[in-house]
Amino acid sequence: MLSVSKINFERYFEPVFEPVSFELKAGQLLLVTGTNGCGKTTLIRVLADILHPTSGDFVERTDSMGYVGHYLGIKDDLSVIENLRFMRDFLGTSNRSCEEVIRQVGLGRVSEQLARTLSAGQRKRCALARLLLSNTSLWLLDEPYSNLDQEGVDLVDEMLTDHLEAGGACVLATHGNHRPEWADAQDYRLISGAAA
Amino acid sequence: MNTNVTTMNKEKARKNWLVMFIHKMGSPPWFYNFAGKLIPWLWAIFIGLTVWGLYLGLFKAPADYQQGESFRIMYLHVPAAWMSMMIYTSMAIMGFIALVWRIRIMEILAMCSAPVGAAFTIIALASGSLWGRPTWGTYWVWDARLTSELVLLFLYLGVIGLYNSIDEPRKAARAACLLAMVGAVNLPIIHYSVKWWNTLHQGSSISVTGGSNIDPSMLWPLLIMAVAVKFYYGANLLTRARVKLLEQDKRKGWVKNLVKEHKS
Amino acid sequence: MTIEQQSGSMGSAFFALLRRDLLLAFRRRTEMLFPIVFLLVVVSLFPLGIGPGPQLLARIAPGVIWIAALLATVISLDGLFRSDYEDGTLEQFVLSGHPLTLISLAKIVAHWLVAGLPLVLLSPLLAIWMNLPIESLGVMVLTLLLGTPILSLIGSIGVGLTISLKRGGQLLSLLVFPLYVPILIIATAAVMAASDGLPYTAFLGLLVAGLITSVTLAPFAAAAALKISLS
Repeated sequence: MLSVSKINFERYFEPVFEPVSFELKAGQLLLVTGTNGCGKTTLIRVLADILHPTSGDFVERTDSMGYVGHYLGIKDDLSVIENLRFMRDFLGTSNRSCEEVIRQVGLGRVSEQLARTLSAGQRKRCALARLLLSNTSLWLLDEPYSNLDQEGVDLVDEMLTDHLEAGGACVLATHGNHRPEWADAQDYRLISGAAA
Repeated sequence: MNTNVTTMNKEKARKNWLVMFIHKMGSPPWFYNFAGKLIPWLWAIFIGLTVWGLYLGLFKAPADYQQGESFRIMYLHVPAAWMSMMIYTSMAIMGFIALVWRIRIMEILAMCSAPVGAAFTIIALASGSLWGRPTWGTYWVWDARLTSELVLLFLYLGVIGLYNSIDEPRKAARAACLLAMVGAVNLPIIHYSVKWWNTLHQGSSISVTGGSNIDPSMLWPLLIMAVAVKFYYGANLLTRARVKLLEQDKRKGWVKNLVKEHKS
Repeated sequence: MTIEQQSGSMGSAFFALLRRDLLLAFRRRTEMLFPIVFLLVVVSLFPLGIGPGPQLLARIAPGVIWIAALLATVISLDGLFRSDYEDGTLEQFVLSGHPLTLISLAKIVAHWLVAGLPLVLLSPLLAIWMNLPIESLGVMVLTLLLGTPILSLIGSIGVGLTISLKRGGQLLSLLVFPLYVPILIIATAAVMAASDGLPYTAFLGLLVAGLITSVTLAPFAAAAALKISLS
């Protein structure tokens, strides 16, 4: 589903991380770990086609990608349900209803509230709801556990299990202590380049 | 879930020689050396042509029956104006190549062209203004050419401003290249609309350059100067580009080797 | 997805985005007033600065109104992509697989409806203030109706390029004003011709041509600019 060879990204003419190569098949999880600032976010953004690699190849790449990054991609001036309804109409690939997804992430009580009024953890859940709605095969997650309480962390793990079992794949970047224990998870330790 | 598989094929690129040349030029040390060899020749030709052209233009060409000696400033003004437009166009073309094929050398050449072009625009404006004084009695006239040059200067300043505002150098270059392309597309539109605006508002067109019938003895030096400044552009551009290349690659191996060789 | 499905989903994506942007603008409707008030203030500065002589005002009216429209447009443009850029929504658009060109166009249309159309509707008031001859009022409104979308379209390219800068707005004016020169010249020429009783349809034709060209080309450039700014 995703196979890269010597992907490199430079900023200010210095590589952000050492060249990256890996192969990810359906049902697999790639865990990207590394110290703070070693370039995990940049790598995820390169994989998401937001950034163009300075060198290296995408030997294989699906174009059904879902991304949850540091900036969550939800509008403050819209309510949870409005945000999700828009995304569902916009993406057009969803096979689930907004209400169902809101219930799954535990935002049922606040679905009519403006996103601005939510806590950081609730906003994260809203982004996760959007991810579920997007119905994409490859998930690119940058610090998905941040701002979440234990229930939230369990929710992410649950979503991951379902996703991988259904044939999806995931690249997950985290520096935190929590990591999902999966039999099929590859561990990738990202080494920072001179720019980081 | 949707899946789509894309595979790259580099073999096809190798067969195309043009791609090969551009590829070679994209190698920083190769470009640095090649440019270094070219620059002295460009300076030599520029100086030679300029001396010849100015001699013919300032001394040999007869005085204009209308404007007297002051018309001679045309030998500076007109080539400068032509260059200001030519450089913008070449900057836009280099920018296009840089964006589409992501070639860093092209980014560098495009960005180094901008200040040179802006300088020519300022020279054109200043010389046009000085020319206006004896001819029309004022230092500035909103005629078609000067107004066009002024707008062109703003376009240049926009490109330079944008390039200097963005922190990351390659991102800054790409943004400025896109802007240059957009400006280039608009340039003919601006040029013609200003020309038209001029006729609309003043009836007969007032032009600093005067009549269109120009005596060959006056024309020759102009053409020589027009060619000469192109060599100036080439020499100046390559010099700046080499410096920028060194700056950008200062931590790379080839630059460090150069420094070592230089010291010994 | 089949071609029909794909174009169907692009169409519904376009309208979903348009609806969303209009809803967002409505949620911040007090902010929508700023460019309008700015327009009124700027125009009223001219009589204050130049003197209220009716003939003088009438002569400079087309230029003044159009320049004020340019300024008001540039002021309102920064909001075009900024919010989506800052909260990560723009990245989601890039990922969605829908062409960024179409997305830009949807946003520009929404922006014009919210920021450009009010200028058009307000222009009769400005024409009265500036003592614009009544014969050219219709042409004035028409030039604004045709021209303000062009301003939004060309301006969006500048916004796309400067969106990653903190003080992008200042540089934005420098970038787009030279590009606006032809529109200013043609639009004011049309109004002045109408005031003098001369034919003006050729000028309007040029504006129409400009509008068609901008609608087809500008969104591509804006999309390219956004991709560069995201990197």
